[in-house]
Amino acid sequence: MATTALPSLDTQFAIAGREFRSRLMVGTGKYASNEEMLSAIEASGAEVVTVAVRRVSLDRSRDDGILHHLDPSQFFLLSNTAGCYSADEATRYARLARAAGFNEWIKLEVIGDQETLLPDVAGLIDATRELAAEGFKVMAYTNDDLVSALRLEDAGAVAVMPLASPIGSGLGLLNPFSIRTIKHRLSVPVIVDAGVGTASDACVTMEQGVDGILMNTALAAARDPARMAMAMRLAVDAGRLAYLAGRMPRREIAVPSSPTAGMLG
Amino acid sequence: MTHSAVQQAEIKLTVNGEPFTQPAGSTLGDLLRAHSLDARMVVVEYNRQILRDRTAYDTLVLAEGGAVEIVHFVGGG
Repeated sequence: MATTALPSLDTQFAIAGREFRSRLMVGTGKYASNEEMLSAIEASGAEVVTVAVRRVSLDRSRDDGILHHLDPSQFFLLSNTAGCYSADEATRYARLARAAGFNEWIKLEVIGDQETLLPDVAGLIDATRELAAEGFKVMAYTNDDLVSALRLEDAGAVAVMPLASPIGSGLGLLNPFSIRTIKHRLSVPVIVDAGVGTASDACVTMEQGVDGILMNTALAAARDPARMAMAMRLAVDAGRLAYLAGRMPRREIAVPSSPTAGMLG
Repeated sequence: MTHSAVQQAEIKLTVNGEPFTQPAGSTLGDLLRAHSLDARMVVVEYNRQILRDRTAYDTLVLAEGGAVEIVHFVGGG
């Protein structure tokens, strides 16, 4: 329903030469049910959908294979390396994900701290270099630090994914300046990943000029995930258009909108 | 691993971190079927080697002490 006017107003969005139709990417974790997940993904309009690699449950205590519920022909499956704490572990998960046979893209996470889930940048850079050399298209989740982002680009990442705030926190965009700086300085697309909590967060994030947003908990933990997904879709579009439109300058004084001439004497 | 161990009726494996026995001579395909797993829905690592060719599952004979990891995609962010 939404965004019918957008294709002609937005610019093309491509990563590593592959064009994507939506700047909003969504995760598939933590939903109360598969039905709720599917309705939220549909409402979001997302094309890129993230998944994780885990052991199958041999005793059938969990029947959590996502491909039983999500049609891989309808979406671009982006596997992550969530939960990995070293470059070796992350590259192992990435290779397993690629062996599933869908694509050679990976959302690379190397976590450095259990409490904040903030990334281990040194591990990220090593893993990015290794995976890029093996032909992976690496989208690297990282912190909102310019130099880390530059190093990841140098290491061969096809997109860099700085956080808005910690994973699952819903704190919104904590440092717009950092995100803007990263976007200005990188040649590869910048996708903000993690921390967005509600639609206004998504809108403000897109207004910084970034290429897209990836979110999961903001949808899965909303009271009504499908409604929040639609709100996020509209907010991403709104923020993108506002960025392209170019906002008015901020002034510390009022400037009248109506003529000052022609007032009654 | 001794030669006699290989000839036992059963072999001991580690499957997804858990001890598991399987008739000697079983293939990886047999192991997946024993767990009712659809080979197209999983990725298998055997002794830290990813098996990218699913058509080889039925010819790979599992060895005593082998470590098998069977993974799939789950929901994640």
